[in-house]
Amino acid sequence: MKYVIYPVALALLAAVPFVASDYALGLLIGMVTYVTLASAWAMFSGPTHYVSLATVAFYGAGAYVVAMLNEVMAYPMILLITAGVGAAMALVVGLSTLRLAGVYFVIFSFGLAELIRQLITWYEINIYGTLGRYIFVDITARGIYWQMLALAAITIGLTAYINRSRLGLALRVIGDDEVVAAHSGIPLARMKLMAFVLSATILTLAGAIASPRWVYVEPAIVFNPTVSFLTVIMALFGGANRLWGPALGAIPLFLAFEYLSAHFPDVYPIFLGALFIGVVFLFPNGVLAGIEGLRRGKKEETA
Amino acid sequence: MSLLTIDKATKKFGGLTAVDGVSFSLEQGEILGLLGPNGSGKTTLINLISGALPMTSGDTRLNGVSLAGKRADQIAHAGVARTFQLVRILPSLSLMENVMITAVFGAKSHWGQAAKDTAMTALGRVGLADRATASAGSLTYIDQKRLELARALAAEPEVLLLDEWLAGLNPTELAQGIALIRELSQSGLTILMVEHIMEAVRALCPRVVVMNSGSLIADEATQSALNDPCVIAAYLGDSADA
Repeated sequence: MKYVIYPVALALLAAVPFVASDYALGLLIGMVTYVTLASAWAMFSGPTHYVSLATVAFYGAGAYVVAMLNEVMAYPMILLITAGVGAAMALVVGLSTLRLAGVYFVIFSFGLAELIRQLITWYEINIYGTLGRYIFVDITARGIYWQMLALAAITIGLTAYINRSRLGLALRVIGDDEVVAAHSGIPLARMKLMAFVLSATILTLAGAIASPRWVYVEPAIVFNPTVSFLTVIMALFGGANRLWGPALGAIPLFLAFEYLSAHFPDVYPIFLGALFIGVVFLFPNGVLAGIEGLRRGKKEETA
Repeated sequence: MSLLTIDKATKKFGGLTAVDGVSFSLEQGEILGLLGPNGSGKTTLINLISGALPMTSGDTRLNGVSLAGKRADQIAHAGVARTFQLVRILPSLSLMENVMITAVFGAKSHWGQAAKDTAMTALGRVGLADRATASAGSLTYIDQKRLELARALAAEPEVLLLDEWLAGLNPTELAQGIALIRELSQSGLTILMVEHIMEAVRALCPRVVVMNSGSLIADEATQSALNDPCVIAAYLGDSADA
């Protein structure tokens, strides 16, 4: 049954641009982008509980690879290079930081985005000469939507595959207790690194695919820390430990943020903060788990 | 050749020498008690053997292969399994998954049905088979201890390290626990057990090694060790009632 429903649903989603307005298509692209980001973030951070605020470091780096290369080579080639850059960055970062535990990893990952922003700013000013680049790629909004949809599907499919693999089991054990994991024969560094690199590569690709929408980029625009925070809160809202949790968290929250930032631009950050607090207090394991808990509670009452 | 040899194992924490040149060995199928007063370095020694802590100097050899400098996962892979003094279970995983991980990531690298079968066998040996799908977070203390032992068994280890596995059990559970360990021993498993409960040591271990302040002070038959004046002085104190 699953093997029929998913392709059909994907085909329907892919057909939406033929009936949607330009505005609606823009919304869809944003929505699918955050579905991808939240799902890719949860691929590593969900089971391991290593909360990463480095999402925008990879996402922004992806956009910058396109900005730097879009005049010198073909787009598919750029995407390949982007994936390589993302994986290489994640490998270096992972090797140096995955020994950090808990809050130290959170702070480091947050600092990483800032570090990369400053490095690129320095490079642009001192070597390239001007701060700011243009992205002119011959791609329509529909093209971006289809690519992002494909990336989202790949991300969720890959997560489903990992969940059933040794890697998935290892990551969940690591999330519960690293000492037990090591003593059960799980090579901690290798497993964490594999998941981190996979997740970061997807985040970087998402940045590259979304980048033509910007047209003009500079580090302050691209490396906006709000992207990292939104990604975390969406994944947690839906449930970072569930296959569909991050996607189900990303869709309503993205629409809510769009509405709020359009209609209440001044007080919008207050909503964001309140939502953060609300999610952590009310749904520490995500809305999906919360609903399941309620259901189970009711069943037990009636039983 | 001995199955497991501890050769001048030493661990220093800054100026404190927690384990000081300890050497002994275990034969295939032997069950050996590791005794000593609190703070004498027993758990640290277990941590050195399992790779939880790196040795400052010295070596452990399993079947003649050196384990010094290896990580915990490599040592687990080589065939050493353990339980923890403060029981460590994985609360968000089911009992089956808790136990399966050592079958999956241990020496035999089982996967799929083979891993599940190994886990079920191990759960059956400790009497938890009927609750395989329950969540580990909901277990009582004794069942958590059983679960931890099952996890160690599912690794199909060559050597099992038990760190006060019998502590905190009531008399009925203790009798069950002793019977269970005896059964494991009789099945040919080599066991090194840290234990404070003399009743269990007498019942299970023909031979003991005794530590005090990081050093080995006795390595002999259990009965003579417990009558050894220096063991009594170090471990049992003046009012020896054991």
